[in-house]
Amino acid sequence: MNNVRLIARLDVKGPNLIKGVHLEGLRVIGSPHAFARRYYEQGADEIIYIDIVASLYGRSKLTEIVRSAAHDVFVPITVGGGIRSVDDVRELLRAGADKIAINTAAVRRPELVTEIARRFGSQCVVLSIEAKQQAPGRWEVFTDCGRERSGVDVLDWARRGVDLGIGEILVTSIDREGTRKGFDLDLTRTVASAVPVPVIASGGFGAPADLTAVVDAGAAAVAVADAFHFDRFTIPQLRAAAIGAGVPMRVV
Amino acid sequence: MSVPHVTVVDYGIGNLYSVQRACETCGATVELTSDRDAIANAERLILPGVGAFADGMSGLRERELVGPLRDYAASGRPLLGICLGMQLLADASEEFGVHEGLGLIHGRVKQIPAITTDGRAQHIPRVGWMSLDPVTESPWEDTPLRNTAPGAYVYLVHSYHFVCDVPSEVLAVSEYGGHRLASAIRAHNVVGFQFHPERSGPEGLRILASFVNDEAR
Repeated sequence: MNNVRLIARLDVKGPNLIKGVHLEGLRVIGSPHAFARRYYEQGADEIIYIDIVASLYGRSKLTEIVRSAAHDVFVPITVGGGIRSVDDVRELLRAGADKIAINTAAVRRPELVTEIARRFGSQCVVLSIEAKQQAPGRWEVFTDCGRERSGVDVLDWARRGVDLGIGEILVTSIDREGTRKGFDLDLTRTVASAVPVPVIASGGFGAPADLTAVVDAGAAAVAVADAFHFDRFTIPQLRAAAIGAGVPMRVV
Repeated sequence: MSVPHVTVVDYGIGNLYSVQRACETCGATVELTSDRDAIANAERLILPGVGAFADGMSGLRERELVGPLRDYAASGRPLLGICLGMQLLADASEEFGVHEGLGLIHGRVKQIPAITTDGRAQHIPRVGWMSLDPVTESPWEDTPLRNTAPGAYVYLVHSYHFVCDVPSEVLAVSEYGGHRLASAIRAHNVVGFQFHPERSGPEGLRILASFVNDEAR
């Protein structure tokens, strides 16, 4: 089995790192740059930035945030939020992003995914899926930071994404996000078993056992946000706990 | 000792800022260029890049850089290809048809097997941190890996891999589903890294610093 990636996820709004519950009820935490640096120094395998209001109000500070992160963070940086065109992607990659995550604009115009993948390669296209459970075994894709229903089924969309040329899928459970109740294991399993690309599980981390469980469900990578922001766990603590539980991870 | 100077080839593909920043962090001054003379006169050269092989070669051809890169390599000065930049060093690639490469390290770029050696499906692209494993005993002296411990973790993301014609030109492999895929290769002064030293944390910076601070020949 390959090394599972431990990713620090930073949701930003304007110039601030924020955290919500179910992608709502946002609270300002601090400077994204200071947190990203700390996570890099602690040995995060990757950093993900999501500008969570960008698709509603337009991207504002994201390019600057990425550029300052890329100045002294030397692990892969993924950036999402408000990406609407190939030019938006070019700007973010030039600012130092390695991959982009796309949700709303892809749902509205799926061909955009293919255009980005053709121009910059599938390895830099992460399909960000915000999923809300509708019935046992069935989830719907939401857009605009979990606010809008799309009518699209998560499993169908994941498979379609692969055909369109994505390289990875970030699956965020809106139901679990910010709750600390553990990842949505059924959701992760359903998507991961249906696609040939790596799945990053996001939303719900509360304790190290949650990480082990979601890896067993098929996650190739795990994104953790507020547990790191609020120092409930440091990255080395979580990495050590995961390795202790038999999850393969790089040793930092 | 004078400050090392690194010339990074800008051929319209990929994110050059992280390579630039990583080299600067290693103590070098950095020039991004698509100018033939700048390449001809470089002290040490990095060919970066992500994306598709054919796009990379067209980027080089449109800027008329294929000849200057071959001439530079023949001069014996250090050249490092990273990720797609390493793959472009090959004779040819099988990515979306067969395409001719720079032919600076003999070999061919092929698709990563989608099946592990024990018959299970595996993810393509391959993404993540893998260990750098030596192919022979104490093989890394006089290479940019000389300060690196065998088994060090580096970050890779790719769907195609470099198959060297000359096995001894493989410096390090990283296993994927039982397949031993080349992660670092070298022929004389030309080195290729499939991994991203600029994205592999402090370990990657150490490797890059070894390249940057090599005595220019």
